[in-house]
Amino acid sequence: MHNRLEEWWMAGKIPPQPHRTMVSPSINTVHTAYDSKIEGNVIITRVDAAINWMRKNSLWPMPMGLACCAIELMATASSRFDISRFGMEVMRFSPRQADVLIVSGTVTYKMALAVKRIWDQMPEPKWCVAMGACASSGGMYRSYAVLQGIDRLIPVDVYISGCPPRPEALIEGLMKLQTKIEGEESTMAQKKSFFAEVG
Amino acid sequence: MSSAADVTQLREIFGAKILQTVEFRDENTVIVELGSLHDVLAKCRNDLGYAMVLDISSVDHFGDDPRFEIVYEIASLDDSRHLRVKAKVSEDEPVASATDLWAGADWHEREVWDMMGIAFSGHPNLKRILMWEGYPFFPLRKDFPLAGRPSDMPDVAFSGVAPLEGGPFVTSAGAEDTVRREPRARVIE
Repeated sequence: MHNRLEEWWMAGKIPPQPHRTMVSPSINTVHTAYDSKIEGNVIITRVDAAINWMRKNSLWPMPMGLACCAIELMATASSRFDISRFGMEVMRFSPRQADVLIVSGTVTYKMALAVKRIWDQMPEPKWCVAMGACASSGGMYRSYAVLQGIDRLIPVDVYISGCPPRPEALIEGLMKLQTKIEGEESTMAQKKSFFAEVG
Repeated sequence: MSSAADVTQLREIFGAKILQTVEFRDENTVIVELGSLHDVLAKCRNDLGYAMVLDISSVDHFGDDPRFEIVYEIASLDDSRHLRVKAKVSEDEPVASATDLWAGADWHEREVWDMMGIAFSGHPNLKRILMWEGYPFFPLRKDFPLAGRPSDMPDVAFSGVAPLEGGPFVTSAGAEDTVRREPRARVIE
């Protein structure tokens, strides 16, 4: 075989093509146009729905671990519970790369403005989860040192009860956030404000 | 060997400057007048072998005069002897710092200053340690409400009043039954 190929090569001839192809035959054998090759893989949808679908399945959390809730947050990220099943495993320790601020723990007044600053550094669109009793309402700390709920400083999308909440509760809260993102009007809101501006 | 022998030795040296000594379950307490507090501590540190300061705390006897009390918990390095040295401090009266004796006294004294507002003379770095610099109150004083007071320092920190919802929840030790003894929401007259 090798010798014959070499002969053809030397003679400047094209070797004979094999009849059988390695590619499995297409279902649409009749049409040869470009459309027919992608037709089965096209979904028609709204831009908002597509954008929301992409956003909700790759949330990048900023872990704001301030107290014991942070331990449960770490447990949620690790193998037994594994939030990468929901596309949220990319914990970003830079607020500029994060979507979701998970405030997990007691927010003291001394820490409060640092949390606010991190929130301000996060790019839009962004969401906030108040994890546990302390972040939601100050919890058991009714005192001079503790901010009575992070919602006094930044807007909160999901509150998770518990002291601390179990990882299942955090996952439930994040799934609630996904449902919320699903229903958002991401481009419609832009359009509305644009038309309001134009008049 | 307990610290009882050290207490008698201190009594011999300082005499009337030691106002009272208390022994309770092998814990020895020496109550001294504020002027000789630093001398007593220096004696304990340099001659009696109390090489370690465990804690410095303060008590607010609100309504009494002098109002405050400062408490030094000191120990020997092998942990065989503990001694408690107390002194009464009136308001706006500075206490001689013990940082020249024990470097570990630094943060303890800063905490006392931060929470109770007792100033220390001769402290190398007397500023707030838990609250932020510029916070106007001393939150562990008895006349400071548990719920806190509003304060504001733009771009540094702020504080507000915490809703107590019927609190503060304190136990009533003398009440006749358990329901009344438990810390529950009560209306305070």
